[in-house]
Amino acid sequence: MKQFSYVRASSPEDAVQRAIAHQESQFIAGGTNLVDRLKAFLDNPSELIDVSRLGLKEIETMPDGSIRIGAMVSNTAVANHHQIREHYPLLSRAILSGASQQIRNVATVGGNLLQRTRCPYYYDTAFACNKRQPESGCAARHGINRMHAILGASEKCIAVHPSDMCVALAALDAVVEVQGANGQRQIPFTEFHRLPGNTPQWDSNLEPGALITAVILPPNPAAKTGIYLKLRDRTSYAFALVSVAAMVAVEGDAIHHARLALGGVAHKPWRSLETESFLEGKTAASETFEQAAEIALQQAQPLSHNHFKVSMAQRAIKRAFTISAQGGSTA
Amino acid sequence: MLDSTLEDQSPTPARNSPIQGETEVTLTINDESYTVNIEPRVTLLDVLRERLGLTGSKKGCDHGQCGACTVLIDGERVYSCLSLAIMQEGKTIVTIEGLGSEEELHPLQAAFLENDGLQCGYCTPGQICASAALLEEVKQGSASAITPDLTSLPDLETLSEAEIKERLSGNLCRCGAYNGIVAAVQQVSGQAAPSPAANILVEEPEQ
Ligand SMILES: Cc1cc2nc3c(=O)[nH]c(=O)nc-3n(C[C@H](O)[C@H](O)[C@H](O)COP(=O)(O)OP(=O)(O)OC[C@H]3O[C@@H](n4cnc5c(N)ncnc54)[C@H](O)[C@@H]3O)c2cc1C
Ligand code: FES
Ligand code: FES
Repeated sequence: MKQFSYVRASSPEDAVQRAIAHQESQFIAGGTNLVDRLKAFLDNPSELIDVSRLGLKEIETMPDGSIRIGAMVSNTAVANHHQIREHYPLLSRAILSGASQQIRNVATVGGNLLQRTRCPYYYDTAFACNKRQPESGCAARHGINRMHAILGASEKCIAVHPSDMCVALAALDAVVEVQGANGQRQIPFTEFHRLPGNTPQWDSNLEPGALITAVILPPNPAAKTGIYLKLRDRTSYAFALVSVAAMVAVEGDAIHHARLALGGVAHKPWRSLETESFLEGKTAASETFEQAAEIALQQAQPLSHNHFKVSMAQRAIKRAFTISAQGGSTA
Repeated sequence: MLDSTLEDQSPTPARNSPIQGETEVTLTINDESYTVNIEPRVTLLDVLRERLGLTGSKKGCDHGQCGACTVLIDGERVYSCLSLAIMQEGKTIVTIEGLGSEEELHPLQAAFLENDGLQCGYCTPGQICASAALLEEVKQGSASAITPDLTSLPDLETLSEAEIKERLSGNLCRCGAYNGIVAAVQQVSGQAAPSPAANILVEEPEQ
């Protein structure tokens, strides 16, 4: 780690003002991702602005029935909140399937959104990486790329977003509340992260210096049956090869409110609107879900080492929808 | 703002303000107050081991991937290798040294011994701190990824072996003492430990 100065922000406004005035600064919340990146010299800020003592630790029900989760709430506290367990179980399960209890205790909602890729070529400064060093090349494209993207990648970058929580939030139509130089604004979750294109150094559409203050979950009648299914190289404490956040509400035999987001396959949590509209009104049956899974992966462009991800994702989607149609639970 | 010409010429980028050097930081560890002069970049693990001689917490990976550095902060288990010490001011830190003593072992320490929950012992302080937190979490009704019903949580008596393994997955044991570790947690949870094999081998034959 290089040396840096340390300050504690006194309010969200103070944090944003400091970040804008001091462009070599970075926010630190739980530190579970940033400290790791600092150790690997991926980030070299001259100042850390500690935002962990700003409050923003409440989970509240809003008048319209949505739930507002403060950006500094720990991942553990979100997963164990009674309303989230009951009404958005896939969010609890997505969080609990990620990292370890030690990390989830410290990791914050805001930090989870802005954790960076675990691509080994990004982490190793001996390799070329357009994300770490724009225009330096991408060693992963012709390297060991079994962990990498099969959807929405570019010539410049094939990295995937590592978060589990964000996959559930994408499926749940969450909204990110941010505080920037010009006050507060809200960003739909699916527009928060971005595809790499020619500028993979940018993971999200958050403007420099802006602070995430909350994530809002709108009411969702299908969320109770929502499923999070995560597949990985070992049973626990590993990042996803493929993960699926899926839900359907079945009335009579007909499907409504289908939602599908995939993790481990793209530079952002991958929401599949085509699959959702295909499912609307269809009969909840095995063939329907099989077709849905095919539609979701139609645009897949696997790399030399990750063809397996296509069929793995398809089977996971089918399984997740099938269990959701039966009323939900563990996948 | 940076002066770009200056930045181009100097090997280390010019800064708009000098970097903070060592700073006085006061930490509360095992009911004692310690004041150290450290740079903001120093981790809690390095303060414990290198400054305070509290070498029970171990450095396995230094990247949050093994659990050897696990300590309790405000009652919750945390990796001290990913925690900046300066961010822990005002918090209550407990390390393995504060959990039990040689004269009076913590029940988990005793159970790890009785159940052969270790071989080389390197992961053990982290395993025991993690296990102590695990017991509290279960008492408070916290869920794990494999809890079947999120609205009906297991208690210590009904906590399954699979649950214990999932809840301890953030602590690796290179020696593979997992069976004994799980048995120790089961014993302290009030459950019958599953395999008495290790005990049988060391017990005195009956006269
Ligand atoms: C070994 C290991 C395994 C892991 N496994 C998983 C896994 O399986 N699944 C998974 O989802 N995650 C996993 N993680 C990642 C973990 O979830 C993240 O490290 C964590 O969520 C980051 O949160 P934090 O508060 O610690 O962020 P920090 O490290 O404090 O910050 C991360 C980034 O967010 C920025 N930031 C933080 N808060 C804000 C804010 N409010 N506004 C604007 N910017 C902000 C920081 O500047 C920084 O760039 C793993 C991590 C480790 C070390
Ligand atoms: S040393 Fe901290 S987790 Fe390995
Ligand atoms: S006892 Fe040797 S690493 Fe666990």
